[in-house]
Amino acid sequence: MGTATNGSSGAVRNLTAGEVKAGDPMPAYGYDVSATTVILGALASRDWRPMHHDRDFAIHRNGTRDIFMNTPNLAAWFEKYVTDWTGPKGRLARLKFRMRDSVFPGERMEFHGKVDGVETDDTGCAFVRATIALKVGDRVCTECSARVALPSSADDNPWARKGDRWKP
Amino acid sequence: MSVTQSESSSSSSSSEGLPPEVESWIGKVRYEEETEFDVERGYVWTTCASVENGNPLFWDDAVARELTGGPIASPTMLSVWFRPHFWAPGRTKVAQPLQIHFDLKETLGLPEAVMTDNEIIFYEPVRPGDRLKTSQILHSVSGPKTTKLGTGRFWVIEVRYSNQKGEIVGKEMYTGFGYRRGA
Repeated sequence: MGTATNGSSGAVRNLTAGEVKAGDPMPAYGYDVSATTVILGALASRDWRPMHHDRDFAIHRNGTRDIFMNTPNLAAWFEKYVTDWTGPKGRLARLKFRMRDSVFPGERMEFHGKVDGVETDDTGCAFVRATIALKVGDRVCTECSARVALPSSADDNPWARKGDRWKP
Repeated sequence: MSVTQSESSSSSSSSEGLPPEVESWIGKVRYEEETEFDVERGYVWTTCASVENGNPLFWDDAVARELTGGPIASPTMLSVWFRPHFWAPGRTKVAQPLQIHFDLKETLGLPEAVMTDNEIIFYEPVRPGDRLKTSQILHSVSGPKTTKLGTGRFWVIEVRYSNQKGEIVGKEMYTGFGYRRGA
């Protein structure tokens, strides 16, 4: 199993289903969150609500201790974490997450993932189920389950599936 | 493939003390709308930059051509495309995304709200130039609950997305908690 080397300047590495098994850890990833991280993420997702850019509003109206990361941008972080691991052929089918606590500026968020299972559906599409924890220190802020299609061989491409051949 | 309430949330479905108006919304398809602008790559790059997503599908046209037949949008951006402009000429009232969420806050008298759960199911890829359509369905509203944020109710809202060809591109389930802060 290898980690994808993404980006236009690097070699593209794609994980195949045969390289993954239940219990495998996904590479951990950490990121220092700043106010810019939160605000950039909110505006990139066209989320203009003040609790994601106005500290006074977040504290005095929402009752939180600072501005905090918004839901669509958290989804984008989980996507990045999953596809950094799979490479570009990895095709997200489902992402489900529960936000137990917020992520604030000044915190270091860490993603820890684990493969729960690998299965092939009745169309021959291989899927990996994974559980991902977004943690700040010992605090689990968000729990995520992901279902992502991987190529079953080097020649396979899950993105080529359409209609009845794609069952997310 | 449909998403059932039990798959999407642990919130209980209850009409306990619900105004009849809110009860009448449950299970109904509402707010069938077209997005205000075509899907475009600028937002894709801004989103990828915001999370340092270097997936070559979004940055390298040759990779996109080979794998997806041309550029696509980052899949988790589904909701980005239906969020209204902060302002637009002639608009007299702030337009809200996920309008049912704001309807519930107002009708139930719950001034604050946060999202607690989100599930996204991805179908056909979204591509630059697409013009998406959305609709919203309220699935459930819980009885009164008290959390560390305050006292209020949980609700589950489904959002469906399709493209200009009528193909489903995604579904989302949101669990929101509307509340009034404790004294």
